[in-house]
Amino acid sequence: MTSPTLATSRHARGASVFDQLEELLPSVSKPIQYVGGEVNAVSKDWDAVEVRWALMYPDAYEVGAPNQGVQILYEVINERDDALAERTYAVWPDLEALMREAGVPQFTVDAHRAVGDFDLLGVSFSTELGYTNLLTALDLAGVPLQASDRDTSHPVVIAGGHAAFNPEPLADFIDAAVLGDGEEAVLLITDIVRDWKREGEPGGREELLLRLARTGSIYVPAFYEVSYLPDGRIQRIAPTRTDVPWRVRKHTLMDLDEWAYPKNPLVPLAETVHERMSVEIFRGCTRGCRFCQAGMITRPVRERSITGIAEIVENGLAKTGYEEVGLLSLSSADHSEIADVARNLADRYEHSKTSLSLPSTRVDAFNVDLANELSRNGRRSGLTFAPEGGSERMRKVINKQVTEEDLIRTVTTAYAGGWRQVKLYFMCGLPTETDEDVLQIAELAREVIRAGREASGRRDIRCTVSIGGFVPKPHTPFQWAAQLDHEATDERLRKLRDAIRADREYGKSIGLRYHDGKPGIVEGLLSRGDRRVGAVILRAWQDGARFDGWSEHFSFDRWMGSAASALAELPVDVDWFTTRERDRTEVLPWDHLDSGLDIEWLWDDWQDALAELPVDDCRWTPCYDCGVCDQMDTEIQIGPTGVVNLPMPSVRASSVLERAEG
Amino acid sequence: MARPSPNRDTAPPVQRLRLRYAKRGRLRFSSHRDFQRALERALRRADVPMAYSAGFSPHPKVSYANSAPTGVASEAEYVELGVAQRCDPVEVCRALDEALPPGLDVVEVVEARTSDFANRLEASVWRVELPQVSLTDAAAAISTLLAADEVLVERMTKSGLRTFNARGAVIRAEASCAPDDSDCAILTLVVRHGTPSVRPDDILSALRRVADLVPPKPSRVTRLAQGPLDESGTVVMDPLAQDRASETGPR
Repeated sequence: MTSPTLATSRHARGASVFDQLEELLPSVSKPIQYVGGEVNAVSKDWDAVEVRWALMYPDAYEVGAPNQGVQILYEVINERDDALAERTYAVWPDLEALMREAGVPQFTVDAHRAVGDFDLLGVSFSTELGYTNLLTALDLAGVPLQASDRDTSHPVVIAGGHAAFNPEPLADFIDAAVLGDGEEAVLLITDIVRDWKREGEPGGREELLLRLARTGSIYVPAFYEVSYLPDGRIQRIAPTRTDVPWRVRKHTLMDLDEWAYPKNPLVPLAETVHERMSVEIFRGCTRGCRFCQAGMITRPVRERSITGIAEIVENGLAKTGYEEVGLLSLSSADHSEIADVARNLADRYEHSKTSLSLPSTRVDAFNVDLANELSRNGRRSGLTFAPEGGSERMRKVINKQVTEEDLIRTVTTAYAGGWRQVKLYFMCGLPTETDEDVLQIAELAREVIRAGREASGRRDIRCTVSIGGFVPKPHTPFQWAAQLDHEATDERLRKLRDAIRADREYGKSIGLRYHDGKPGIVEGLLSRGDRRVGAVILRAWQDGARFDGWSEHFSFDRWMGSAASALAELPVDVDWFTTRERDRTEVLPWDHLDSGLDIEWLWDDWQDALAELPVDDCRWTPCYDCGVCDQMDTEIQIGPTGVVNLPMPSVRASSVLERAEG
Repeated sequence: MARPSPNRDTAPPVQRLRLRYAKRGRLRFSSHRDFQRALERALRRADVPMAYSAGFSPHPKVSYANSAPTGVASEAEYVELGVAQRCDPVEVCRALDEALPPGLDVVEVVEARTSDFANRLEASVWRVELPQVSLTDAAAAISTLLAADEVLVERMTKSGLRTFNARGAVIRAEASCAPDDSDCAILTLVVRHGTPSVRPDDILSALRRVADLVPPKPSRVTRLAQGPLDESGTVVMDPLAQDRASETGPR
C-alpha cells in the first residue's frame, strides 16, 4: 500500500508547500485540521534562526493539538531568538493517499514547511499505539525509516513522552530519546545542535549524536548494543563506546512556578478532544498505585503554588477566550492546597460563565466537596471515581488504598449532593486476579446504586462501570508480571456483563463499558518489547497499520501476522513478550534507562503486591527509599504556601463600550 | 446542601449589532461550526459584553445567517450579536477583528435598526476560479447552461441524496478570464437563495451535466456579496444599507 520514498526536492529548504497541499484539501475530510491558523500560533522567519524543530504528536490533529507537552515545548523553543518550532500531526489515510499521489511531503501546520527540512523532529509519545504513525510521517517526509540510513541532510529524530521510557522497539527508527520532562531537555539539545552547526558540523551526524549522548541524559540507541541468550532473553545491554554512559538518566524539572507555561495557549479552529484551557497544578504522583507508569516515572511530586495557578488561569483565559479551565495533574485533589485553589477560582469566575473542571478520580468525600465547589452554577451531571480493583484483595495488590466503605460513603455524598450519575473506573487482567475479583465489580456497582437510591430518594440515578484492560508497563513494580491473554480477559468481562444483566433490581441502573482484550496485547507487545519488536512494527506498518489507537483502524490480525513473520526466526513470540512472567535476574530491555526508581525497591514492591501489603504516600509519611530523589538529586515540592485568599483580579474596562455623550 | 441553580441573569439585549466578516485564505477551510467556536472565544477575548440565554448552560446571543460552505472563501458573511451594554460599533469591529485569527476578518459592524435581517439575504454573488480551463470552454458552457430551462443535479444533504433544479436559481452567469493568468477562467454567478440552497458546486455539477465541463484542478470559490435583489431582480444590494448610520467602521 505504501509507495517508495517520496521525492521532496521540489521546493527550497524551509519553503511553504501550502500551494501544493491546498489543491488536495477540498477532497479530504475536515480540511481545517491541516491549515493551522490557531490563535497564539507562531511562524518565525526560517533564515533568522539557527536551530529548527518540528514537533510531532503522532495522532490526529483533534487529539494532538490540545496536548500540553507539545504546546509547552513549542513555546519554550519559540521564545529563543536562535530557534524556531513548528507542529506536525498524523494525517488521516485519505490525505496520506493524496499526498503520495501528488508528492506532497509531511508538513507542519504553522508555516506548512516540509518536515524533512528541519534540523530536529521531536515526537511526543503518550502511547505506544502511535508508533506506526511515526513511520508514516517519516516516509511522507522523505526521511529514511532506518536511523542508520540518515545523513546530515535529514532531521535528527528524537522520541519523548511517557512511552519513550522504553524506546527500544523504536530503536531502529529514532536517533535519540529523551526521558522525563522536556522543557530543559529541548533547550539543552538546541544548544548542542546550534554549537555543532556553528562549528561547521564537524564529524557529521555521528559527532552530533555523540555530543547528545555524552550529556548522560539523552539516549542514542545506536551507541548501545544488545546481546541475547539462546533462549531469547537479553544477555547484556552495553555501550559500544567508552565515552557514552552505561545508564541514561531522566530529566526532572524543579520549581514549576519558574516554568509558567503555556503562557500563550493555542486555540485551534478545528474541534478537538479538549475544548478548554489547561493548567498543570502539579507534576508527579506518589500515591504508589503499582500499575501506574505515569505515577512511577514522574516522581517526585512538584506543586505549582496557588498564586502561580491563579496567574496562569487569568492570563490563559484572557488570551484564549476559553469557557472552561481544567486543573490538570495525575490526581488533582491531592494538591496540598486544592481546597483553597478551588474556592478562590470559583469565587473569581463565578459570574463570568467560566467553568472549572478538576479531573480527579479520588475516592473520598473531600473530592465530592471539591466538585460541588467547582459546579456552584453548573449542572451536576456526572462524577468519576477510580477504585481500579473490584475486590478488597485486588485493591491491596495494586496499592489502591480504598475500602468498600470509602466508596459507598463517597458515592452517597455525591448522590445526596445532587449528582445524578457516578462513573467508576476499574481494570481487568491485574496480577493474581481471578474471576471472583472481577465479579466483585458487579457487587460494588449494585451497592452503589442501592446506597445512591437511599441517599437521593430517587430511582433515576445511574452508575456506569468503565473497564480497561491492564497492560504491564516498564519502570513499574508490575514490569515483571504476566499480562492476561485476551481470551481470558474477554471471558472474564463476559461473566461480569452477565452478572450485571441478571440483576433485576439494580441491573438497569448500571451501565457497563469495556473493550475487547486484543488491542491491549499489541500495546503490551510494544510497551515491554525490545529491539526485535522493531521489525514487527515495520512489518505491520508496511501492511497498512495506521492510527492503531482508533478501533476503526486497528487490526489485531495484521499485528499478529506481522509478528509471526518478523519473529519467525527467533526464539520469541508475542506471548513471550506479553503473557510471560519475568524473574528478578532477567535483563529487561529498559534496564539501562534510569527513571530514578531503585530496581531493588521495585522488586520488593512487586513482592509486597503479591503479599497484598500496602505502601503509603511519601508526601505524608516517611520516605521509603524508592530511589528517585537520591538518584536524581530532587525533592518533593509541596505547600502549604500560607496563601489562603487571593485578591480578586482587577476588572478591565472593556474598550468596546459606547462612551457617554458629552 | 444547596442545589445549583440555572442562569437567571437574562435581561434582553440592550442593543443588536450586525457584523459583516470575511473568510479568507487558508481559513476558507473552516466550517460554520469552526467559525462559531472561534467567534464566541473572540467575543470573550475582546471583552464584548454579550447578552446570554437562560438555563444551565447559557449561550451568548449570536444569530448566524446563511454561512458559506466549508472550503469556500467569502467577503460577505453576516452575524448578529445581542449585547448587554451599549457598545460602540466601530470599537467592536476593531477589537473583534484583532481577536479573531487572520483570515477571519471583521469588515464592518453596524447597529441593527431594522428587523428581519435573514430574509434580506435573497441572493449571492459568487466568483469561481477554474484553473486550467480556457475562457472559450467556460463561456460556451455558461451559454449552454443559461439556454436550458432546467438542469437537474444531485447532492448528498443531511436528509439524503436530493435531486433539484440548479438552473432555476441562476439569475446571472458570466465567464471571464483571470487578469494574471489567461489559463484560468473565472465565472461570476448571481444565484438566488432557496431550499435546497443551490451552491457553486451545484452549478459546476450542472455545467458538467449540460456542457461536459470537467475542470482538471479544484475550483477556488469566493462569495463576493449577498443581500437583497434590486427592483430589476438581477443586482445584489448591500443588506446593511438600511441599518447603516454614521458610526460605521470601514476598513
